[in-house]
Amino acid sequence: MSEDVAGRSTARASVAGRSGARPVIDPEARVPVPRPEPPDRQADRSVVRRGDQIFRGAALFSGGLMVTLVVAIGVFLLIQAIPALRLDRVNYLTSRIWDTDSLDNLRFGIVDLLLVTVEVSLVALVVAMPVALGIALFLTQYAPKRLARPFAYLVDLLAAVPSIVFGLWGIFVLAPALFPVAHWLNQHLSLVFLFDRRNGAPGLEGGGNLLTAGIVLAVMILPIITAVTREVFERTPREHVEGALALGATKWEMIRTTVLPFGRAGYVSASMLGLGRALGETIALYVILSTTNLAFAGSLFDGGSTFASKIAQAAPEFNDPTQAGAYIAAGLVLFVLTFVVNAGARAAVADRSGRR
Amino acid sequence: MSSPPIDRPATSPAFTGLQTGRKIRNRVATGLVTLAFLLAVIPLFWVAWTVLRYGVSAIASGSWWTHSLSGMLSSQFGGGVYHAIYGTLAQAVICAVISIPIGMMVGIYLVEYGARSRLAKATTFTVDILSGVPSIVAALFIYTLWIAIVGFPRSGFAVSLALVLLMVPVIVRTTEEMLKIVPNDLREAAYALGVPKWKTIVKIVIPTAMSGIVTGMMLALARVMGETAPLLVLVGYAPFINFDLFDGNMAALPLVMVNERNNPTPAGVERMWGAALTLVLIITLFNLIATIVSRRSAIKTK
Repeated sequence: MSEDVAGRSTARASVAGRSGARPVIDPEARVPVPRPEPPDRQADRSVVRRGDQIFRGAALFSGGLMVTLVVAIGVFLLIQAIPALRLDRVNYLTSRIWDTDSLDNLRFGIVDLLLVTVEVSLVALVVAMPVALGIALFLTQYAPKRLARPFAYLVDLLAAVPSIVFGLWGIFVLAPALFPVAHWLNQHLSLVFLFDRRNGAPGLEGGGNLLTAGIVLAVMILPIITAVTREVFERTPREHVEGALALGATKWEMIRTTVLPFGRAGYVSASMLGLGRALGETIALYVILSTTNLAFAGSLFDGGSTFASKIAQAAPEFNDPTQAGAYIAAGLVLFVLTFVVNAGARAAVADRSGRR
Repeated sequence: MSSPPIDRPATSPAFTGLQTGRKIRNRVATGLVTLAFLLAVIPLFWVAWTVLRYGVSAIASGSWWTHSLSGMLSSQFGGGVYHAIYGTLAQAVICAVISIPIGMMVGIYLVEYGARSRLAKATTFTVDILSGVPSIVAALFIYTLWIAIVGFPRSGFAVSLALVLLMVPVIVRTTEEMLKIVPNDLREAAYALGVPKWKTIVKIVIPTAMSGIVTGMMLALARVMGETAPLLVLVGYAPFINFDLFDGNMAALPLVMVNERNNPTPAGVERMWGAALTLVLIITLFNLIATIVSRRSAIKTK
């Protein structure tokens, strides 16, 4: 950085009419002090140094780079996906087959992947949402002030555990523990499609099913939902809280009438962020879910593949670009899906602040 | 219900106790909320206990930190994961070297230059989107760009590039948050002394915010080290040491786990959990450093 400092005294370019920049006067530069002029743009004349220009340029460039990156992800995935989609013998959007073994007969469609991805993410969301709401309330309203921070830190620690470790724990430790529950549900409630199981479908005995995967995913998205929800709950106006308490509300009534209505939008948006994370989670599901060739029937005790786990399974054998294109097409759908969900989460918050 | 007279102090029947229904509901809510918290803590300790219990025998062995798995049979005890530790750390460091300058510049742009311009809004939006991009999609993007189109081989460096996509948004977020709480007085004092804007940022604003930014970097690093999906797509697993980030197969701790998962022998199980414990320990270390840094020096607002 020292060479920039040296360059400062030589750089005396003075650009008039830079409305945004602050007028800065540098004693070393000996720039003549501007004479009082009529209050037009000339009066706003300021010294602009090369260091400033370079730094500003770098900052602007980095900002632009972010925008370019997101666009580039979409464009490049599309470019690589198109050749494979051209060769696809079945309809990509409506077929349930996924067979990319021979290049002359590429047949792949996303319906099954989409169904498994959505179902497992919904299971995770259904489990995680109420728990996260409870934790956020506990940490902001119930926990003793001194313990609230360390408790919050504990929940945040869940986010620090690598997903592969969650995956291994899920399949080797949690799955056997869940088996009695799964077995009971399957025995007694198999009329409901969620708990039904067809002959030959893997997943119930080994535990590599959507139920295990969903619960592990729920644990993984819990810290995200909690963190955002907690932040919103903390911002509940004190006057509302005190007003409710002054009117004789119990703690729970106070929460129901002030904290919850105030934080609802934030909670919904937090849950959508969690959903986005669940949709794209790869490695835990890759480890947990048992693969199958059977079409997905919606049962929680089936195995299956999500977009992400399907790609991960095939990834080490990506050698032919066209074949890889099929998976890149799946990645593109996943990208669009998470894009929509995340943008939705943002919109939910923006909507709220607009109304206030 | 008649209201109590107001010309003298209220006597005891004026304050009736809570109705039982309301009381019960309040109690139930308290119970449920506490239960929710306990529910979240259970998996945390369960996972920690599992990893510790199965992994401790592996990392206690002498060769674990100093040897690779080169030449070991799948059922043979012994060997170690130093090749994988090297891979994980090297990829993370390269990723950090690339992402930290970019991420900080974006953060600086958003706080110091962008204000409410259209580009700044677009940048904030895309950073949000980028932070939600699944790691497998980031990996596929680098695969198409770096391997399929440009034609480089799979390598540790490609993994680092994919990790950059995941790390930059985190760095941007922390930088942005930290710069925002730097008091404006400091900037104005610098301007009043005639310090150019860029120098104000480099010498005054950033040093003030540095501890917070370093904390964020450590947390981001810990996060990318646990990523597995980019490894699966962008590099092959090697059971031996490979120092070359630009060529050849390379191990990383998550890859050891993925590989040994299919090894049903007791040695494989031990290696898998050993690698898991090692990874968790490294991540804990980075988290600890982050905590210490943030404790040591928080931004002094007054």
